[in-house]
Amino acid sequence: MSDPVAAGYLIPEPAEIAEKHSYGPQIHAYRLRLLDEGARPRFDFVPGQFNMVYAPGVGEVAISISSDPDDDLLEHTIRIVGRTTRVIEGLDVGDVLGLRGPYGRGWPLQEARWKDVLVVTGGLGCAPVTGAIDYMMRRRASYGHITILHGVKKPADMIYRDRFKQWRREPDTQVLLTSDEPDRRWRDRTGVVTELFEEVTFDPGRTVAFMCGPEVMMRYGVRILGERGMPRNRIYVSLERNMKCAVGLCGHCQLGPEFVCKDGPIFPYDRIARFMETHGT
Amino acid sequence: MAGEAPRWLERGQLQSLIDALAERGYRVLGPVVRDGAVVFDAVGKASELAAGWRDVQGPGQYRLEKTDSGRVFDVVNGPGALKAHVFAPREPLIEVSFEKVGGSFRARATLPEAPRLAVLGVRACDLAALAVQDRIFLHDRYPDPWYASRRAGLLLVAVSCTRSASTCFCTSMGTGPEARSGFDLALTELDAGFVARSGSRAGAEILEALALPPAPEARLAQERGDLDACAAGMERRLDTRGIRDLLYQNLEHPRWDDVAERCLSCGNCTQVCPTCFCHDEQDEPSLDGTRSLRVRTWDSCFNREHAQVHGLNHRPAIRHRYRQWLVHKLASWIDQFDTSGCVGCGRCITWCPVGIDLTEEVAALREDAS
Repeated sequence: MSDPVAAGYLIPEPAEIAEKHSYGPQIHAYRLRLLDEGARPRFDFVPGQFNMVYAPGVGEVAISISSDPDDDLLEHTIRIVGRTTRVIEGLDVGDVLGLRGPYGRGWPLQEARWKDVLVVTGGLGCAPVTGAIDYMMRRRASYGHITILHGVKKPADMIYRDRFKQWRREPDTQVLLTSDEPDRRWRDRTGVVTELFEEVTFDPGRTVAFMCGPEVMMRYGVRILGERGMPRNRIYVSLERNMKCAVGLCGHCQLGPEFVCKDGPIFPYDRIARFMETHGT
Repeated sequence: MAGEAPRWLERGQLQSLIDALAERGYRVLGPVVRDGAVVFDAVGKASELAAGWRDVQGPGQYRLEKTDSGRVFDVVNGPGALKAHVFAPREPLIEVSFEKVGGSFRARATLPEAPRLAVLGVRACDLAALAVQDRIFLHDRYPDPWYASRRAGLLLVAVSCTRSASTCFCTSMGTGPEARSGFDLALTELDAGFVARSGSRAGAEILEALALPPAPEARLAQERGDLDACAAGMERRLDTRGIRDLLYQNLEHPRWDDVAERCLSCGNCTQVCPTCFCHDEQDEPSLDGTRSLRVRTWDSCFNREHAQVHGLNHRPAIRHRYRQWLVHKLASWIDQFDTSGCVGCGRCITWCPVGIDLTEEVAALREDAS
């Protein structure tokens, strides 16, 4: 049988671990270099999109790309939670993983141009937004006021400290961090991230919100932002679902009519509100 | 070509059709009796087909009984449609070779060596289901090469239904009982033989080669009468008016609790459904750890792990999983693929071990829609 449909985009491409940064024992950022440098253009992405990261003989996991699109290396920040990620945890600089992608739709970085941006993240939820924040900072003049609110349970869950520190130094940028269970060395706020809304002002008419984190946090955040006048179609959320194929065929990631893998993982909230607010969908 | 005058095939000449398909290099499948049900399996002789049998179907019930009729295609359907022949229950996708985990690797697609397959006795609902699967696997953003490989070698000899099972409701879904498109050849069985039509160049060539006479007017009139009677006699109905909004607006209807009390979450409905496409992907490494096959296998939204991510199951209860299946099948499918996911074949009703009937569930939702 001849090959009636090209399979190329479904086949993992070998990529070497160029750098590995550990944020505690459970979270590691892998900066990957494709062995075939000629393949890099195929991996051009918009922040918020993800790749399927493959450990040969073990399995694949869907991980958002947290590096800047102009960076040759592709960064994936991985929490060790299952069989595949445990194998990946054992790999180090020089080892090879597989990548296929990028998949899905990214953050609305074009729509947000010339507007104010409010970023709300919780826990490892900041990883999918990191690339978008870096993108805006590198093109700082194209965006208005940028507010970054980030909450963690414990200070040890705090990743990307250097990036947050750097963003704090950017002009017209406000960064607020909070911890639910702070220790004595924690110098930022105490409480959950949605409590930080009380400290910030924004103009709902010219703001785009990016949210990523536990769904209960996002639902509550959407409600509060709504009360403050933010229209739901300008609140973007990034969702996590079971994904096997990443191309809208395996069926696992469905949320109502949406395939989170190809229609998301980032959605304007109004588009998914009915299903986000129904338990068990 | 399609639209040419219908031909007449004597029942005794069915063998010549099977031979014509085999001569053209097709492996011929047809409805045969296996383990008390009819399935599509290899046939070399017309006598192997399920002649002299008919099916009695009901919610949670399937039985074959002998008849005195010489008719070959009186069994309306069995648990399997065309799905398994295009969307294989187990399909190796990619072969990966590597020296060790963490070392470099080579990966290549393992496209199936799909045989040219002629399927005899395909029903109108099966054709409709194949069109739905084509829409998903071939005509969406990411066409599936494995499905495409199997689909390319398929030749379909449809049989229009002149009797229906009690579980059938194809008239409600606009898919049958008459095979109207998507076939290479279509037969309608009458007492003495078959009215035969071609629907493709390949079908027309075969009819030509069989040198069949035109179907007599009287036979065509009889055919029309039988098809109309079959459609009119179909008792089960699914009221599809506004069904997408009906389901979307009743996601918290108490009926979901009611059906969850009966549903075993066994997934039979999804396995026999000719359009369900959910699948899993797993790596199967070789024992020496230098090769791995990435294999896809049928999955079901009734499986507990289907919506499982780390530390969280998005559809933890049977209530959620049944609702996912039905709302997807009848509502969100329309948003996703511009078509219903249901073709009215009734298999999910027949093969449900507790006889849950989706037409009844929708009627109950409709009765006291919130």
